[in-house]
Amino acid sequence: MYETLEAKEKRMLAIPGDTVTLDQNTTIDGSIYLYKRNENTYSITVTALVDIELIENRKRIRVIPLKGRYIPKEGDVIVGIVIDATLSSWIIDINSPYSAILYAYDYIGKNFNPTVENIRRYLDIGDVILAKVVQFERSRGAVLTVQDKGLGKITSGSLVEIEPCKVARVIGKKKSMLNMLIEQTKCEIFVGNNGRILLKCPNLELEYIAILAIKKIENEAHTTGLTERIKDFVIEEKVKRGLIKYEIK
Amino acid sequence: MSSTPETLLIPKIKYSAILNVISKGFHVDRRSVMEYRQLNITYNVAPNADSSVLLRLGNTQILAGIKLEIGQPFPDNPDEGVLIVNAEYIPAASPVYEPGPPDEDAIELARIIDRSLRESRAIALDKLVITPGKRVWSLWVDIYVLDYDGNLIDASMLASMAALANTYIPYYEVDQTTGSIRIDRNKKIMPLPINKYVATVTINKIGEYMVIDPTGEEEAIASGSITFSVSEDNYIVGIQKRGMGTFSTDEIEKALDVALNKGKEMIELLKKLTAVTK
Amino acid sequence: MKLNKTKLVTEDGRRIDGRRPDELRPITIDIGVLKNADGSAIVEYGNTKVLAAVYGPREVVPRHEELADRAIVRCRYRMLSFSTTGERKSPAPSRREIELSKVIREALEPAILSSQFPRTAIDIFIEVINADGGTRTAGITAAAVALADAGIPMLDLVAAVAVGKLDGVLVVDLNGIEDMNGEADMPIAIMPSLGRITMLQLNGVLSPGEFKSALSLAISSINKIYELQKEALRRKYLTIEE
Repeated sequence: MYETLEAKEKRMLAIPGDTVTLDQNTTIDGSIYLYKRNENTYSITVTALVDIELIENRKRIRVIPLKGRYIPKEGDVIVGIVIDATLSSWIIDINSPYSAILYAYDYIGKNFNPTVENIRRYLDIGDVILAKVVQFERSRGAVLTVQDKGLGKITSGSLVEIEPCKVARVIGKKKSMLNMLIEQTKCEIFVGNNGRILLKCPNLELEYIAILAIKKIENEAHTTGLTERIKDFVIEEKVKRGLIKYEIK
Repeated sequence: MSSTPETLLIPKIKYSAILNVISKGFHVDRRSVMEYRQLNITYNVAPNADSSVLLRLGNTQILAGIKLEIGQPFPDNPDEGVLIVNAEYIPAASPVYEPGPPDEDAIELARIIDRSLRESRAIALDKLVITPGKRVWSLWVDIYVLDYDGNLIDASMLASMAALANTYIPYYEVDQTTGSIRIDRNKKIMPLPINKYVATVTINKIGEYMVIDPTGEEEAIASGSITFSVSEDNYIVGIQKRGMGTFSTDEIEKALDVALNKGKEMIELLKKLTAVTK
Repeated sequence: MKLNKTKLVTEDGRRIDGRRPDELRPITIDIGVLKNADGSAIVEYGNTKVLAAVYGPREVVPRHEELADRAIVRCRYRMLSFSTTGERKSPAPSRREIELSKVIREALEPAILSSQFPRTAIDIFIEVINADGGTRTAGITAAAVALADAGIPMLDLVAAVAVGKLDGVLVVDLNGIEDMNGEADMPIAIMPSLGRITMLQLNGVLSPGEFKSALSLAISSINKIYELQKEALRRKYLTIEE
């Protein structure tokens, strides 16, 4: 019937309906993907990879969903697209079922006077911004800010979209994957939490290789040894296109 | 009533990025701007249809099916079979498609394909008569867009042509006394009589550049397009300019050149792929 | 096509396609067949072939249809024009398709944790590509897998099958001819790991005893289909391992 997942060495694939048993000694990473069935039994609600580790007497369960739309979280840094403007705010598409709002006073400053100036002179429909999620409620949507360093309007670069679940993999543990990609492709790469990635590359060939590498990470996100494989892939592609002469092992 | 469509919002930097690649003569997937994506055809995906085809052109997927039925001829063409082409974009095909009857784009697509087949006389409709003036075969061509990634017209034309080339007329018996007709679809008498193959080649204008077979993203920033229907014997059998962009006479002549060349190529490719099933 | 006098189940218990009464047709499940949809699947029960596609959660259009406390679930079941034997089916929605759209939505909605996504919509599109009996049950089985493929949180998968009575014998998974000529056709959908029935219909006549037997025949068949759903999901997500 349904499976009750037990601690194993490898990662397990869970289907909605599969269950895990929890007790006081269990820590859960990804509790929103669990649904309580009874006292100690919880079912997993999405197709996900599940790690169950037994460290001494403590059980640690990690649920890593394989698919799903982006739901904003406070603190997330995202790549947004301006889709509409009111007198004193912009509506931003953040690749989520929920839309986001950026207030004029946040981007322009408290001196902005909507009766005198047109907000669209500062940010227009179709502009791309880097912003941080300040607040999010499912009943109202998200509020963004561009106050932090590095945030604001993006005027050039390429945009690639991946599944939001795969963002962590493109960054890697301690940014290992992302740093490797930046080093190998010489591109500036920014990965938004909402699955949108900004690339600024020295030339079109390297940009294409970077995009291929990112798509490959997305497809193979749940496998092991990925960072090395992607590095080899990028090097191979560079050799193929005559960007470097020899394979550097 | 047709009104200005809501434009799909393309972020400005994306527009620049795509234009940049196209200015160098390539699509975003690095094939040349005058090259079609990979073509893949699966036959008989819907066995209840008299013929059915799932066609993949890159990520665009079209399902075309044919149903032959006994019907009455059109009054002004009493000695010909009847051809009806219908197209629908299923809501699954794109996040912007809504469920409902075919919209103006789907209807336009169906009519372009219909005209191309009809004007060229691609199908020998005169050979589809059962009782002259009274009973003929009705050839229903139903096109469903399952997955949108640009270039629906060319893909749908290829799918329709492939499905037609793989259609057989079922066995039928006319009862001499009652006049009723009995069809046995398990027995086939002959292949649908095809006079010639037809293909469409749509040339899109992106900025100042002309490209064929755009992806969905590229098509979203195109200002307009012109579709040429070409027949196997090198005639133009249909033209349709679409979108709010404009073309100079020069551009149209260049587009025609491309269409005649690529049309021929695609017809040859299609013939090779349909021959496999015979 | 109505048959006269032909036996639907022979003396030694074989049906017209050679199956035993409790035997399912060959079932295949392919997941992720469309690029645009958030989740998709094509399921075949013998010659019946159904495509299910899911979008969601996504913004509700028109806005006034959104619900403040949960997602709305919208479902459309439709048969393609050339999917039926015999004549072409007109594209306009028939009363049958409208009823089935509702019944299928009600079969799937209990499994969807829609309260997690207020003010959004989860859209399910079921297109019958080839019809040979059991289109709604194959459709539900496909939609459940497509929902899982889209990453939509669910209590459980949903699997469905039709049980019927032919020549007095209870059988499972009716094909087109059996559906048209049998004495009863009972489609049923269940959330398998919870054991909860989400769809139950009867077209025909059954005694109370027959009904109970039919129910248990359905449950054991659905468990088999559930295993196939799980296997298909595993196959899709674990293919690039090692």
